[in-house]
Amino acid sequence: MKLLLSGNEAIARGAWEAACHVAAAYPGTPSTEILENIAFYNEIKAEWAPNEKVAFEAMLGASIGGARALVAMKHVGLNVAADPLMTSAYVGVNGGFVIISADDPGMHSSQNEQDNRRFAKFAKIPLLEPADSQEAYSFVKMAFDLSEKYDTPFIVRSTTRISHAKGIVEVGERKEVPVKEYHKDPQKYTMIPAFARKRHEILEKRLEELRKLSNTIEINQIIEGSPEIGIVTSGIAYQYAREVFPNATFLKLGMPFPFPDELFEKFASLVKKIYVVEELEPFLEEEIKILGYHDVIGKDRIPKIGELNPQIVRKSLKDEDLQSIPVQKAVKRPPAMCPGCPHLGIFFELKKKRVNVMGDIGCYTLAVLPPIESIDTTVDMGFSVSSVHGFNMARGEKSARKSVAVIGDSTFIHSGITGLIDIVYNKGFSTVIILDNHTTAMTGHQPHPATGKTIKGEPTKKLDFVKLAEAIGVEDIHVVDPHDLKATRKALKEALSYPGPSVIITDRPCVLLPDEWKKLQQNPKKVVDPELCQGDRCGNCFRLGCPAIVWKDGKAFIDPLLCVGCDLCIQTCPYDAIHPEDEYEKGI
Amino acid sequence: MKKGYNVIVSGVGGQGIILASELLSLAAMEAGYDVKKSEVHGMSQRGGDVVSHVRFSEKVYSPLIEQGTCDVILAFEKAEALRYLHYLKPKDGIVIMNNLEIIPLPVTAGEDTYPENIENTIKKYANLVVVDAIDMANNLGNPRVANTIMLGVASKFFDISEDVWIRVITNRVPKKTIEINKKAFELGRNLKIDF
Repeated sequence: MKLLLSGNEAIARGAWEAACHVAAAYPGTPSTEILENIAFYNEIKAEWAPNEKVAFEAMLGASIGGARALVAMKHVGLNVAADPLMTSAYVGVNGGFVIISADDPGMHSSQNEQDNRRFAKFAKIPLLEPADSQEAYSFVKMAFDLSEKYDTPFIVRSTTRISHAKGIVEVGERKEVPVKEYHKDPQKYTMIPAFARKRHEILEKRLEELRKLSNTIEINQIIEGSPEIGIVTSGIAYQYAREVFPNATFLKLGMPFPFPDELFEKFASLVKKIYVVEELEPFLEEEIKILGYHDVIGKDRIPKIGELNPQIVRKSLKDEDLQSIPVQKAVKRPPAMCPGCPHLGIFFELKKKRVNVMGDIGCYTLAVLPPIESIDTTVDMGFSVSSVHGFNMARGEKSARKSVAVIGDSTFIHSGITGLIDIVYNKGFSTVIILDNHTTAMTGHQPHPATGKTIKGEPTKKLDFVKLAEAIGVEDIHVVDPHDLKATRKALKEALSYPGPSVIITDRPCVLLPDEWKKLQQNPKKVVDPELCQGDRCGNCFRLGCPAIVWKDGKAFIDPLLCVGCDLCIQTCPYDAIHPEDEYEKGI
Repeated sequence: MKKGYNVIVSGVGGQGIILASELLSLAAMEAGYDVKKSEVHGMSQRGGDVVSHVRFSEKVYSPLIEQGTCDVILAFEKAEALRYLHYLKPKDGIVIMNNLEIIPLPVTAGEDTYPENIENTIKKYANLVVVDAIDMANNLGNPRVANTIMLGVASKFFDISEDVWIRVITNRVPKKTIEINKKAFELGRNLKIDF
């Protein structure tokens, strides 16, 4: 059967057919849809974990327990899971264990563009790299078998253009594999130094076996063409190179680590000149140079920054562009927070108070852009909470009165809790604002532990932020509706002046959640009375950053197609110029 | 060997670009082509520009279209046609453009200007079809089928039979909207084009 599948859908399908029993992930672009699709298969127990480390450990535990297990994450998620990753290579597996790393070259929705092929080499874990949906499907299937055969986790590395591109996949059916027996074996699974030293020896021997595999496995292949140019490549870069050099000889590596040394030597003897075409880091190029081949063209010509595409490959290696129409000036369309977004209220007040805002990862990171321009820093998940503590350590108690951390509900559970413990334990005085919009909004509304729903939509225990903060020892806790600006302002004032740690929970669902959307649709839209509006002289409502509020003939105008009917803007207007449309029409 | 096509579907978040490119890809697959399509989702794209690359031919390698090789731009908004014009083949390229301007925040904030004379600029380089898709959709009773009307117009330029299109639409759109989507597709497909 042929299906049109994205790379992520293909990974899910491959896992299902390979009799994967359990899977876990934390959502993150471009990896999110892998678990969402796995959750459709009843034969696989699928879970959203609080973060990638927990997901990884849960799945390694499942593998030790004999199940075929898959864990998926975005590239920076593997940083969070790096601790178990590094030692998982030592302990190996029982049931097959497959780690999906979905990297984001070009940073479409990420804070960096690290190349996780390096993680495979660093952790000494074999790496598969699909070049399209068909390979994503078949490589994942293959990885489960190889993982059990070689007693090691396998990393399958995708990138945005694999995960989110669709292609035709010839699929099969699930072949059931029973969960394996578990036998107690502390020498293998308990890494005290004495046992770990032995496991390290086993790991190094295993790597040599894997290198032999890499030299013979069919997914590392020489595609014979003209002997003039030979191209070494892997992943999506293969497609671009093949497009630009249709007649070259290729060494296409589906398993780039361990690097197939003998296969490369054979390939090198066939061609006159060698190009290495790869996205981001010179990963293959370094392996080739280690073998003593220094006369190759790679990162000296092809950028290591950003995504590749066919024209970059052509320009870099052929020094030519196809004839094309000149680039036209269009218009800037930056992504914005949604009309009526619950985050708008709190950022409006933060901006007014001119506080330092340690930001975090989520939709609200967009509050760094005009017209809100409120956020000072964003580094990684949980950074806001830990770093506001450090910032206040550096700048003293006075700074604490004008510095806050803002962090989403899902992000707080992912990595903010330990930071809050740090603040309380070390007698800090920082204010942490949890933007609780009842979902993981940025990645497309996944449930999390404080939503009371599982990945399958089943009810479960609901994490309570207030009780959690109390248990940690926070004494100043405020819960406010961020659409009530007066209450938000009051909470902020009290928290910032409180001589100890404070937590503010802004409690309102994301406007795009279906129930909330339906509720808002019943509200009347808001309209501006142009006679009362002071226009350019005021501009207060505009500073909310609500995309529904636009400027028309020097006055504010609310686009009725975009307005969701909340009343945030009414509260910002000092001239009482904004009204619900029904009242306005009646002349009230 | 059937002729292959490179198509860019572009517009603003929320306009149904992904669904339109999905329907095109499925139709091409049904018609026996190899197909790849690529777009980026993630960063909340509401109000942001959205583009999908669709390629179909005997064998497709890159999911991304190379600049200068695009056959058809199907733009749901005027400035979003202009943004990708350099992808078009320098000769005989086709732009199918919805007659709609969506003004972004930086323009209302006075930090950017919306391009003028978009039709004339495009006509200098390409064959342009302007479609009043919103009006046509409103006449059918549902402004949301504007994208199906646009797809109907585009369908005339590909070697994919009408029954394949109807089958794909019937299988893929919500059940309640099958009839109106079919009508919208026909309306677009029967639009008289002269350039």
